[in-house]
Amino acid sequence: MRVPRYWRNKLFRYRLVGWRCINCGAFHHFKPLVCKRCGSRGFREVELPKTGKLLAYTVVKIAPADFKDKAPYLIGLVELDDGTRILAQLTDFSQDELKDGARVEAVLRKIREDGESGIIEYGYKFRPLVG
Amino acid sequence: MRDVAIIGVGMTKFGRLEGKDLMDLLAEASLNAMKDANVENKEIDAVYVGNMLSAAINHQTAIASSLVDRISIFPAAADKVENGPASGGSAVKNGFLAVASGVYDLVLVVGGEKMTSADTDVLTDYIATMTHPTAEYVHGITLPALAAMLMRIYMQRYGVTERHIAMVAVKNHKNGMKNPYAHIHREITIEGAMQSVMISDPLRLYYTCPISDGAAAVILCPADKAEEYRDKPVKIIGVGQATDVQCVHEREDPAVLKSCRIAAEKAYKMAGITPKDIDVAEVHDAFEILELVESEDVGLFEKGKAHLAVEKGVTEIDGEMPINPSGGLKARGHPVGATGVAQIVELVWQLRGEAGERQIKKDAKRALACNFGGFGNNTVIHILEAMWK
Ligand SMILES: [Zn+2]
Repeated sequence: MRVPRYWRNKLFRYRLVGWRCINCGAFHHFKPLVCKRCGSRGFREVELPKTGKLLAYTVVKIAPADFKDKAPYLIGLVELDDGTRILAQLTDFSQDELKDGARVEAVLRKIREDGESGIIEYGYKFRPLVG
Repeated sequence: MRDVAIIGVGMTKFGRLEGKDLMDLLAEASLNAMKDANVENKEIDAVYVGNMLSAAINHQTAIASSLVDRISIFPAAADKVENGPASGGSAVKNGFLAVASGVYDLVLVVGGEKMTSADTDVLTDYIATMTHPTAEYVHGITLPALAAMLMRIYMQRYGVTERHIAMVAVKNHKNGMKNPYAHIHREITIEGAMQSVMISDPLRLYYTCPISDGAAAVILCPADKAEEYRDKPVKIIGVGQATDVQCVHEREDPAVLKSCRIAAEKAYKMAGITPKDIDVAEVHDAFEILELVESEDVGLFEKGKAHLAVEKGVTEIDGEMPINPSGGLKARGHPVGATGVAQIVELVWQLRGEAGERQIKKDAKRALACNFGGFGNNTVIHILEAMWK
């Protein structure tokens, strides 16, 4: 069950490609049947900007099963430059760089190894934007 | 639609209850409520059981039928209601609708959970499965992490400090000390709370609820028949439930619990009252930041101002708007499916004046319970009124 869940969202997790509602602009990370905000059914494919700012962050110490060997890890609420918000893990942060409002950019990283299927999942994380 | 009254309440002690399984807890709470209501087993028309995790951690399904068997209320109609941490509130709502509709006259609603026999890791994982599978869970999010980020946003935006969060925890521990049913009986200090273990920065151990076992139950009947069973019946004058977008980051404002706002508006409208008419409230403080956010979003305080009320002692049991006199989820404990029912049990005791040492000072006529599921994407609100006042 987990493998198809992963592959289905590959485009989003590799390149931040998803679908925006033509009617109201709401972003969906996989192609939905209906827009979750306005209920309409027309979408266009969009690639989200790869840079944004950190709205809030925290450290996960007690992790869900598949992330147990990765804990502790950083996770953050990111607002991309076009205003779309996404959730992601953070990487390559020093203590000084870690503050709300920090500029960040998406990078491709290993996310987890699925214990049951043995698959290694890659996807975006966010690191401090340099310069 | 008929008016619906609560004629009996009961619960088990909450805590780490060695030697008692989920069915023992549900049965004990049910029988306590039936005794309180002076109701015989065979009079019960239907039972609604609020529970989230029986299949996952107790290896038992179809627990509503099993409960009927355990307490001999055949041939009562029996359903389990699962709505995450709002399972208890949803079960009460279903009981309310069943009596209001005229289909059933006497309904037992019981919520319960047996959690302490499972590993913390396993529980963290099951609870995290409430989040969006491909937009939240896949990133390794947990509920404490979502609460930590909400706390951070509140601190940036409204001038809430960690000290305010600690004050909420201290108040709830103080109330829990006076509650014989509470899981945690330990007085804490602001300084002690602020030095407790960091779980998910800036969220510390003392800003989160414990993992508990326990059950709570209520008996409902048509309001015009309530006095045939006992004195001091409590009417359910408002019920509201609402949902919101599942992903926290996709909500219009991650600092607003829109489901809470809408559920409260619906409940006030049904009751024909405003937040000013509420005398006491139990809110879902699975994390102490949520006590502030919920008490604002249900309209008891202005947005971003609840921490100022906490500073002034307004939410203490002798304050103008007591919140969580039971000790809340923080001190009473949070056996997930039991919580929504336990909130109502506490408020019935407060309205009747039977809350012992933790009895609120003011003479309360109306009370509000806010039970919150997921991370705020499904909220159930009940408003209660003392019928004899
Ligand atoms: Zn739309």
